[in-house]
Amino acid sequence: MTKTLHHLGHYFIMMNKVMSKPENWGVFRKQLTQEIEKIGINSVSLVIILSFFVGAVVSIQTAINMNSPLLPSYLVGLASRDSLILEFSPTMISLILAGKVGSSIASELGSMRVTEQIDALEIMGINSASFLILPKVIAAVFFFPFLIIISMVVGMIGAWAGGLSADITTADFMFGLKYDFTPFYINYAIIKTIFFAFIISTVSAYFGYHTKGGAIAVGKASTTAVVTSSILILLFNYILTDIILS
Amino acid sequence: MIEIRNIEKKFGNNHVLKNVSSLFERGKTNLIIGESGSGKTTLIKILIGLHNIDSGNVLFDGVDFNAIKTKEQRLLRQEIGMLFQGGALYDYMSVEENIMFPLNMFTEKTEIEKLERVNFCLNRVKLEGKNELMPSELSGGMTKRVAIARAIVMQPKYLLCDEPNSGLDPKTAIIIDNLIQEITKEYNITTIVNTHDMNSVMEIGENITFINKGEIWWQGNKDELLNSNNKELNNFVFASELFKLLKKT
Repeated sequence: MTKTLHHLGHYFIMMNKVMSKPENWGVFRKQLTQEIEKIGINSVSLVIILSFFVGAVVSIQTAINMNSPLLPSYLVGLASRDSLILEFSPTMISLILAGKVGSSIASELGSMRVTEQIDALEIMGINSASFLILPKVIAAVFFFPFLIIISMVVGMIGAWAGGLSADITTADFMFGLKYDFTPFYINYAIIKTIFFAFIISTVSAYFGYHTKGGAIAVGKASTTAVVTSSILILLFNYILTDIILS
Repeated sequence: MIEIRNIEKKFGNNHVLKNVSSLFERGKTNLIIGESGSGKTTLIKILIGLHNIDSGNVLFDGVDFNAIKTKEQRLLRQEIGMLFQGGALYDYMSVEENIMFPLNMFTEKTEIEKLERVNFCLNRVKLEGKNELMPSELSGGMTKRVAIARAIVMQPKYLLCDEPNSGLDPKTAIIIDNLIQEITKEYNITTIVNTHDMNSVMEIGENITFINKGEIWWQGNKDELLNSNNKELNNFVFASELFKLLKKT
């Protein structure tokens, strides 16, 4: 409990430093562009591959479990759509990004800490927390929703392909996809994603930024960042779902 | 000139620095020597504001670092060049970008002016034409020289060096030592070098402070060092066979 409070206190102290005006807007813009590329654009292929295959599997499993003649086949499209929009794209993709992006942020900052690169920034009179972390947070919060939308679209294409292999016609699948569609679910998914992006970027940055020791400590920081981010994502998934959908 | 007065620092129950006072003069290479764990790295981190002090004062030309606001501390830090033990070059930036970085952050110079300054600093450390190399492509000595170039690019008033020779062969170590001393004289800056390398001490030690168990035990120049009667200092200085021979002669 004391350890958790200690981390929480240091996290808020760090965030206070992070949320300050950049010292040089030109350099900040350059940093932000690089982070969007590292955190966002470099994750697009992973998101596409995962979403396509998970979409296909969801669709096949739904079709197999709905083989009763009483259940209309368009339900496969409907169930796949809701599974992807409500849970898979925002939550599961965020968990996967916690592994990819979170460990990358933690190990990058951890390595910079143990090789004194962060100290070098401080000595130059630069707010190192803001300089290094703020572009990552903005890049994640800005770009993750796009990744989630890509995931939804590709996941549905995968679900359609999976449906075809389970003898669900394109017409039935498309009918199910459009049937009783609630556009607010997209907003719900995006709101969740923004929260998760903030958690992944700031929690990973916290553990990386406060690394002490050498290479082993960097590895440990990276693991702790992924585990903590994942647990927090699941916790906030529950809280946000309860608040938004109830 | 940098002055420290009655510095006290504890980490938990570990009393790392005990009532440490000293004066580091401008235009001289001021060396802090001592065994590993004696408190010299803590002292240099206090000087650059990376560790807070429990009590005492750190004065940069009369300005008490701990008495001024954070914003003023940041401005003061821009006048400090720091050479870290491992160089601390940003590994995602090229040599040119590393040296240009402080100029990008704090000056309004044009790209041409910045490049001229970078090339001047690279020439000064005898690394002309190495602009495009990445830190991973540099040898230990080159890394230190690039770090020196970055440290002097903003024309600092103070240069602090933490173990500048660690991991270098004796010949390269002397090149780095001489470079630090030349820069100190050339720009009339206050330089503090934290070292336990006795070759460095004999090469550039103008004002030497011996720190032991968190206290200052001795101060003087390199000639006085060889003739000192301080037992602890002698144990440190004449630990190697080479220096024992030197003492005999």
